[in-house]
Amino acid sequence: MLLVVEQFLNGLQFGLLLFLLAAGLTLVFGIMDFVNLAHGSLYMMGAYFTATFVAWTGSFVVGVLLALGATLLLGIVLEFVALRHLYGRDHLDHVLATFGLILFFNDAVRLIWGPAGLALPLPAWLTVPIQIMPGVFYPSYRLAIIVVSLLVAIFLYVMVMRTRLGMLIRAGASNREMIGALGINIKLLYTLVFGLAAALAGLAGLMQAPILTVQIGMGENILILAFVIIVIGGIGSIRGAFLAAIFVGMIDTLGRAFLPDLLRRVLSSATASTAAPALSSMLIYLVMAIVLVLRPEGLFPANRR
Amino acid sequence: MSASFNARNAVAALVVAGLVLLPLYTSLSGNVFALTLFTRIVIFALAAVSLNLIMGYGGMMSFGHAAYLGIGGYAVGILAFEGTGSGFIQWPVALAASALFALVIGALSLRTRGVYFIMITLAFAQMAYYVASGLARYGGDDGLTIYKRSDFGGLINLSNRVQFYYLCLGCLLGGIYLVWRIVNSRFGMVVQGLRSNEARMQAIGFPATRYRLVCFVIAGTLCGLAGALLANNTDFVSPAVMYWTRSGDLMVMVILGGMGSLFGPVIGAVVYLVLEEFLSQLTEYWALIMGPLLLLIVLFGRGGIVGLLGRLDRG
Repeated sequence: MLLVVEQFLNGLQFGLLLFLLAAGLTLVFGIMDFVNLAHGSLYMMGAYFTATFVAWTGSFVVGVLLALGATLLLGIVLEFVALRHLYGRDHLDHVLATFGLILFFNDAVRLIWGPAGLALPLPAWLTVPIQIMPGVFYPSYRLAIIVVSLLVAIFLYVMVMRTRLGMLIRAGASNREMIGALGINIKLLYTLVFGLAAALAGLAGLMQAPILTVQIGMGENILILAFVIIVIGGIGSIRGAFLAAIFVGMIDTLGRAFLPDLLRRVLSSATASTAAPALSSMLIYLVMAIVLVLRPEGLFPANRR
Repeated sequence: MSASFNARNAVAALVVAGLVLLPLYTSLSGNVFALTLFTRIVIFALAAVSLNLIMGYGGMMSFGHAAYLGIGGYAVGILAFEGTGSGFIQWPVALAASALFALVIGALSLRTRGVYFIMITLAFAQMAYYVASGLARYGGDDGLTIYKRSDFGGLINLSNRVQFYYLCLGCLLGGIYLVWRIVNSRFGMVVQGLRSNEARMQAIGFPATRYRLVCFVIAGTLCGLAGALLANNTDFVSPAVMYWTRSGDLMVMVILGGMGSLFGPVIGAVVYLVLEEFLSQLTEYWALIMGPLLLLIVLFGRGGIVGLLGRLDRG
C-alpha cells in the first residue's frame, strides 16, 4: 500500500514534469506550426545553466531564477537568429534544421562543461521527507515539483484563456494573416511564445536535474516521450498535453515499478527479469500505437482550422 | 530522366566511376583507411537510397528508418551467435525480418499523416531500440560482437576488404537500379501520384494505403540489406545503430543530396560522411560545425546538392 501511494505520486510528478516539456512543444507546434526537435536541448541547457548558476551564486533559488532567465533568453535568440526564417516551410525542413541544432548543443555543452555529467545538490530545506499520510513519507523535493508544475499549468491555462496576450496567441494560431492585418506584431508574438516554450523546457530540465544527473543527451529520450504525449493528446492542444502527460507519466512509472512483479507471477523469474525492463520501456509506445490506430488525430485534437 | 549531358548526370556518373575505381586507388597508394571509410559510406548510401524511395518519391517522411539497419544487423548477429554462419540463411532472414517489421509498423503508421507520421515512425524505431537493449542474451546495451562474417561458401569471401567493398557497391548499384525500375513503373507512378494528390488518386480508384504500404515494405527490406552489410562491416551490432539520431543522419543524407532524385542520396551520403570524417579529424567537436552547417543548408540550399546542380544546368 505504502509503495503504491509512493509510486502513484512519482508517476504524477513525472507526468507533470513531462507536461511542462510537452506544453512548450505543443504551443510552438500549434501556434507556429513548427516542429522543434531542439526542445530537448533547451531542457538540457536549463539543467546546465542551473548547475552553473547555483554553484556561482551559492543559492539554489537565485540560481534557478537566473537559469530560467537564461533559457528564456536563449530561446528568444535562437528564434530570432534562425528558426523564424523556417516558419511556413515544410515540416521536414524543421526536423532537419533542429536536428542540426541538437548536434550543435550537445557538442557545445561538451566543450564548455566537459563530457562528465554534473550533479546539482539540493539545499537542505528541500531534502527533508514530508509526512503526507500517517506513516507515509514523501521527499519534499518531489512534492515541490508537483506543486510548481501544477502552478505553471494553472498559469498557462489562465494566460491562454483569460488574458489579452492569450487571446492574441489563440488568434494567431487560427489565422496568422488576419491578426497581422489587424495591426498586431505577429513576429514579436511568435518570438515571445518561443521564449515561453524555451523557459518551460528549461524549468522541466532544472527540476529534473537534482533527481538524475545533468548530462549530455539528457534531453533526447525525454523529448521523444514529450512527442509521444503530444501525439496521444492531439497536437496543438494544451489540455490534451496535460491529460496525456499525466497518463504517460503514470504508465511509465507504474509499469517500471510493478511490471517485473506481475511478470514474475506468469513467467519464470529469469525470463521475467530480462523481459520486464524492455517491456516497461516499450509500454508507452504500445499505448501510443493503440491510440493512433483508434484515433489517428490523438485523444483530444485541437480545433481544426 | 533524359540521358542528355548536364551537370547532374555528370556528377552522378563521376561519383559512380569514383566508387568503382576506389579499390584501385587504395591498392596503389596503400591507403587502406579510405577503403574502410568508403565501405561504410556505400552501406549508408544504400540505406539512404531506400529511405529516398519512401521519402522522396512516396512522400512518407519516416523518422525511424535506422530500425531496419538494426534489425538486419541483429538477424545476422543473432544467427551467427547461435551457430548459423551461412550467409544464405542469415541474409534472407535479415531481409524477411525487416520486411515483416516494415509491414507491421507501416500498416499502423500509414493511418496517420504529416507530422504524426514522422513521430509514430520515430516512436516505433525507439521501441525496437529498447527491445534490442533488453536482449540480455545478445549483449543488451553493450551490443553483440560477430566473430565470423557471413559465410557464402566459395562464392565470395567477406573478410577480404576489396571483395566485401565490391559486394557492398554491387548491392548499392542494384538498389539504385531497383528504385529506378520501381519509380518508372506503373506502381511507382501511382505512389508518386499519391504524394502529389491523394484525393484525386483515390477518386480514380487507387487504394492509397495499400500502394503506400507495399512501397514502405520494399524500402524497409532494402534497408535491412544495408543492416546486414553494416553488421558484417563492423563485426558488431548494438542498439546504437537504431538510435533515433541514426535515423536523423539518414534523413540528412537524403535531403542533403536531394530528395526524389535517383543519385541524390548517394551524393548526400558521400558528402555527409566525408565531411563528418574530415571535421572529426580537424577537431574533436566536429558537431559544433556540422550542426550550424545543416541549419544553413536548410535555410539556403533547397533541393539539396542535386537541386543546386539542376539550377546550374538551367543557368
